[in-house]
Amino acid sequence: MTELLQVRGLSVRYGMIEAVKDVSFAVSEGAIVSLVGANGAGKTTILRTISGLLPPVAGEVFFADQPLAHLPAHEIVASGLAHVPEGRRVFPRMTVRENLDLGAFVCGQGNNIDADLERVHTLFPILAERAGQKAGTLSGGEQQMLAIARALMSRPRLLMLDEPSMGLAPLITQRIFDIVAELREQGTTVLLVEQNAQAALSLADKGYVLESGSVVLVGTGADLLMNEDVRKAYLAE
Amino acid sequence: MEQFAQQFVNGVVLGAMYGLIALGYTMVYGIIQLWNFAHGEIFMVGAFGGLAVWTALPESLAENAFLALPLIFTAAVFTATFTAVLVERVAYRPLRSSPRITALITAIGVSIVLQESVRLFYPDGKRPQSFPGLVAEGNFSIGDVRIPWVSLFIVIVAFFAMLLLQAFVHATKTGKAMRAVSQDPDTARLMGIDVNRIIMVTFAVGAILAALAGVLQGMKFRQIDFHMGFLAGLKAFTAAVLGGIGNITGAVLGGLLLGITEVMATQYIPQGSAWKDVWAFIVLIVVLVFRPTGLLGEDVSVRA
Repeated sequence: MTELLQVRGLSVRYGMIEAVKDVSFAVSEGAIVSLVGANGAGKTTILRTISGLLPPVAGEVFFADQPLAHLPAHEIVASGLAHVPEGRRVFPRMTVRENLDLGAFVCGQGNNIDADLERVHTLFPILAERAGQKAGTLSGGEQQMLAIARALMSRPRLLMLDEPSMGLAPLITQRIFDIVAELREQGTTVLLVEQNAQAALSLADKGYVLESGSVVLVGTGADLLMNEDVRKAYLAE
Repeated sequence: MEQFAQQFVNGVVLGAMYGLIALGYTMVYGIIQLWNFAHGEIFMVGAFGGLAVWTALPESLAENAFLALPLIFTAAVFTATFTAVLVERVAYRPLRSSPRITALITAIGVSIVLQESVRLFYPDGKRPQSFPGLVAEGNFSIGDVRIPWVSLFIVIVAFFAMLLLQAFVHATKTGKAMRAVSQDPDTARLMGIDVNRIIMVTFAVGAILAALAGVLQGMKFRQIDFHMGFLAGLKAFTAAVLGGIGNITGAVLGGLLLGITEVMATQYIPQGSAWKDVWAFIVLIVVLVFRPTGLLGEDVSVRA
């Protein structure tokens, strides 16, 4: 399998604090890769740096063999990389439909947006029902669905999800993860960041465990789930 | 009653102009949380741009309102937009991540620079300049209320400008991007929106509306001067706060309410006219005390 995303020696600082230290990992085309770790391990910082929202102090990011470093965030999206941010971040005072339109911002005007709308409405029928409603009035689960659907509107090759299960009931979380699996079946590559290690690793082809900004373990999802240290640290055993 | 109706009409005309300027204030605030105190000067620069072109027109053209008006408006819009975009690029963008007070002080500095530039470099700019009326002089009457033609023209222009703005903000791709940036700039970038470009467009749209107001004010009072942006800017600021910071409908509503309040207070409160420019600020203080978010404002402090 070819590597769609490669991160090499990435370091990111907030002032004096080194939030991410020399992190390297790769995401193969068609795979689900999970980054797991506790709060503050640097997971969100890594995604924000890949998307161009934060500047790295060292390291390189390659997407489809093109270097992303120093590209502005809006050009990175256009190259086929979509980011569903932590906390969903839907535009609260815009309607569901307007949120989806903004997801398609990088597609040319009228460029078959209807087909993409139909696709996300099939995945998330609730969004078709709520099309005219303000996104801020949706429930947490619905907002998460909208955030994922919005990212899909740009027809990404790689979908990066930051804590999609945050603050959601277990049943809703399960539905979200089912949909992530379905997206992979449809050919989207997924980079999944989660504190919910059990769910994220069960789904993943490959997993990386982060601690205080560094990768401490690498393996297939199944291997990591069996790993003694992982079970102790993240699965409350 | 007749007097009340007459003053009400006057208030609406004044308020329509305040509203046009307030829109630029509120849009820029909505998008980068900057009180652009140089916005009143953009209004002034627009008026001078329009006047400069009219002065340069040959007499046959200058007397023909149907030809001269579009030229004056175009020149005003062009001058104001160019100035606003330049100011954003040179003075505000480098300070984007600085404390807000830094940008605010810069805005006041820009405002002084623009005033003094016009005073020094516009021919005889230190004196008020007479402005052409262009629209037919005289009035028409509805019942006993007399309405100058120029007032009708002002209200029509303001109304259509506001209508176009609504259409732009809600129906175009750039307009939606503007609203997205004002709600959550980082997430807007994740949608592929070039935030710097949207900020520039916001300054430009605000400048276009201010330029229209500048020409309209010139036509109504038949005179403009380098200092006219100061008071107009402060009142438009009041209108924007009154309507609710960052809210487009609020700015128009705030402008109208302020215009009407000012006219009514001048008419009905003894010695009111001596205090003509004070009423706006009394309104501002009352609003800030009892409803700091303005009439239609949402709680701006809640922002992830």
